[in-house]
Amino acid sequence: MTVQELPGAGASHRSTPPAWRPRTDAAPLLPDPEPYRVLGTEAADGLDPELMRRCYAELVRGRRYNAQATALTKQGRLAVYPSTVGQEACEIAAALVLEDQDWLFPSYRDTLAAVARGLDPVQALTLLRGDWHTGYDPREHRIAPLSTPLATQLPHAVGLAHAARLRGDDVVALAMVGDGGTSEGDFHEALNFAAVWQAPVVFLVQNNGFAISVPLAKQTAAPTLAHKAVGYGMPGRLVDGNDIAAMHEVLSEAVRRARSGGGPTLIEAVTYRMEAHTNADDATRYRGDAEVEAWKAHDPIDLLERELTARGIIDEAAIRSARDEAETMAAALREGMNADPVVDPMDLFAHVYAEQTDRLREQAAMLRAELEAEDQA
Amino acid sequence: MTTVAAKSAKSGVKPSTMAQALTRAMRDAMAEDPTVHVMGEDVGTLGGVFRITDGLAKEFGEDRCTDTPLAEAGILGAAVGMAMYGLRPVVEMQFDAFAYPAFEQLISHVAKMRNRTRGAMPLPITIRVPYGGGIGGVEHHCDSSEAYYVATPGLTVVTPATVEDAYGLLRASIASDDPVVFLEPKRLYWSKADWRPEAPTPVPGIGKALVRRAGTSATLITYGPSLPVCLEAAEAARQEGWELEVVDLRSLVPFDENTVVESVRRTGRAVVVHEAGGFGGPGAEIAARVTERCFHHLEAPVLRVTGFDIPYPPPMLEKHHLPGVDRILDAVARLQWEN
Repeated sequence: MTVQELPGAGASHRSTPPAWRPRTDAAPLLPDPEPYRVLGTEAADGLDPELMRRCYAELVRGRRYNAQATALTKQGRLAVYPSTVGQEACEIAAALVLEDQDWLFPSYRDTLAAVARGLDPVQALTLLRGDWHTGYDPREHRIAPLSTPLATQLPHAVGLAHAARLRGDDVVALAMVGDGGTSEGDFHEALNFAAVWQAPVVFLVQNNGFAISVPLAKQTAAPTLAHKAVGYGMPGRLVDGNDIAAMHEVLSEAVRRARSGGGPTLIEAVTYRMEAHTNADDATRYRGDAEVEAWKAHDPIDLLERELTARGIIDEAAIRSARDEAETMAAALREGMNADPVVDPMDLFAHVYAEQTDRLREQAAMLRAELEAEDQA
Repeated sequence: MTTVAAKSAKSGVKPSTMAQALTRAMRDAMAEDPTVHVMGEDVGTLGGVFRITDGLAKEFGEDRCTDTPLAEAGILGAAVGMAMYGLRPVVEMQFDAFAYPAFEQLISHVAKMRNRTRGAMPLPITIRVPYGGGIGGVEHHCDSSEAYYVATPGLTVVTPATVEDAYGLLRASIASDDPVVFLEPKRLYWSKADWRPEAPTPVPGIGKALVRRAGTSATLITYGPSLPVCLEAAEAARQEGWELEVVDLRSLVPFDENTVVESVRRTGRAVVVHEAGGFGGPGAEIAARVTERCFHHLEAPVLRVTGFDIPYPPPMLEKHHLPGVDRILDAVARLQWEN
């Protein structure tokens, strides 16, 4: 008997067996066709003046932090610094939307978000100064170590949020990644796990145009990065990453949704890396001035300052006060970074295992003897 | 090992398999500590492809024994986050070669987190990996991947060879505040011993090697799937007039150098036996250390009997690759007895 001769053959061959059905309606998950904006639109009528004054002060502080950190690389006080000039609205909004018990999972570029969450800038920059890999206790600040391997921090955020939910704790994890990171396997796996587990996670992709030198066009053929959410069964949001009011609103909604058991959200913030990948990179090799100039006209601080000034929410005095405050922070950062960090070579062996192995004890003794011999010489 | 069944019949105790002891270890750990969570591919409803997690989902619920999506980096990455929050995940990698997608998480995060955070955030994760050959498995199901793990500082690497150790070492691994790669010799899953789940035999902890058979002529240094082969070789060697001592490492990291060195200083001869390839395998380091520390006691160079330095063979050829009794005895014969 052939398949065609089986009973019922021909009757149902035009449709898939009834056990199959779409798992989710895709339409409500789709992002807006254009990046969502508040500043310069009617939606700005509803701005919270108090919150916007805070955002403004934080943006100015963030820009100054970026400038100071880059200056420190030139003075040899930082080994390397990946700048977020132009991306401050994303960094600041990510920090501001979280509650104290929530967790932030930054990439190596996101020290500003950690600082805006309250971390001491010197501790945030320890990795980039090079005296240790992480300069703070992640549990104390609910900030995961800065992740250098791309997108690998995203599954951590999912696992942590899942664990908190299993324990009945009110904790949301916000994980940050760049456009290049969305090509990594861990990005895919993290989003898939988060959606399957309905974990309280918010994924924030800062699409700053480049993965070092590689533009987004060579990174993905997706309509937008936010569209990737649909494939996992979670909503994708597309937002103007230089509009801090829009960023704050969209992130807050996603955090609220996660907190109330609604599951994860993927947010693509469209922004631009105004400076090179790091101080060690030369951006003139892969992009032109015209593009940079166009984004300069869409600067996150200018956008907010224009809106708030026009609406009388900030005045000259507030602008000056924000700048003064930023200078104070920069001076403290300079002072903190100009002090030579104390490094102890014996620390190399102290934290590899809970209990030092015989082998590490032997190697530590060898290094100690070498150091003592040096001291005597 | 072959006499155990006969002994059990006499004592009236039903023998247990290594698989059952492993299951029991997870079950007891989960019952004692609500932060212990088992996760992996097929570990829930099915009980794992080797049935090592059998019954755990039923007893503790799917939140404690979770079928995950099929993605090893995601499994281990999520386990990192769970451990960051204070849970004690026990992750199953379905087969040795299926653990490779999780290597970046393992090497860049699991192994380094304690050190990176100066001890502030240790990761108590147990990663169970069925490993080794001898079961007629097709490609990608029989790798001896231990060399990758032992070369990664921050990981503890443990492998049981007996039913007692399967239980004892897995309990110790789950209780450890450091990440442990727990290598399960899959061809010993069905080995049996007189072992009572309600009163498990206490065993020494992680980092302690054991002399499984005392001898005076030479020391066989081995672990995991090769232990029964070495014991069989030692038995056969008696006919040649050799009394072989057999040391079971039990834990590759930390490596119990003292037990090994003490034995070799006594016997003056040593052969290291493992299934993993010889070049850069654990035996290379063990042989080097034994030579450094026992040089004046050695009657012969330290030899190694290992798998060939080839990709794992197809099932019909694996018998030529795996260290067997004859190859071990040949090596023992080359230990310069005449001089």
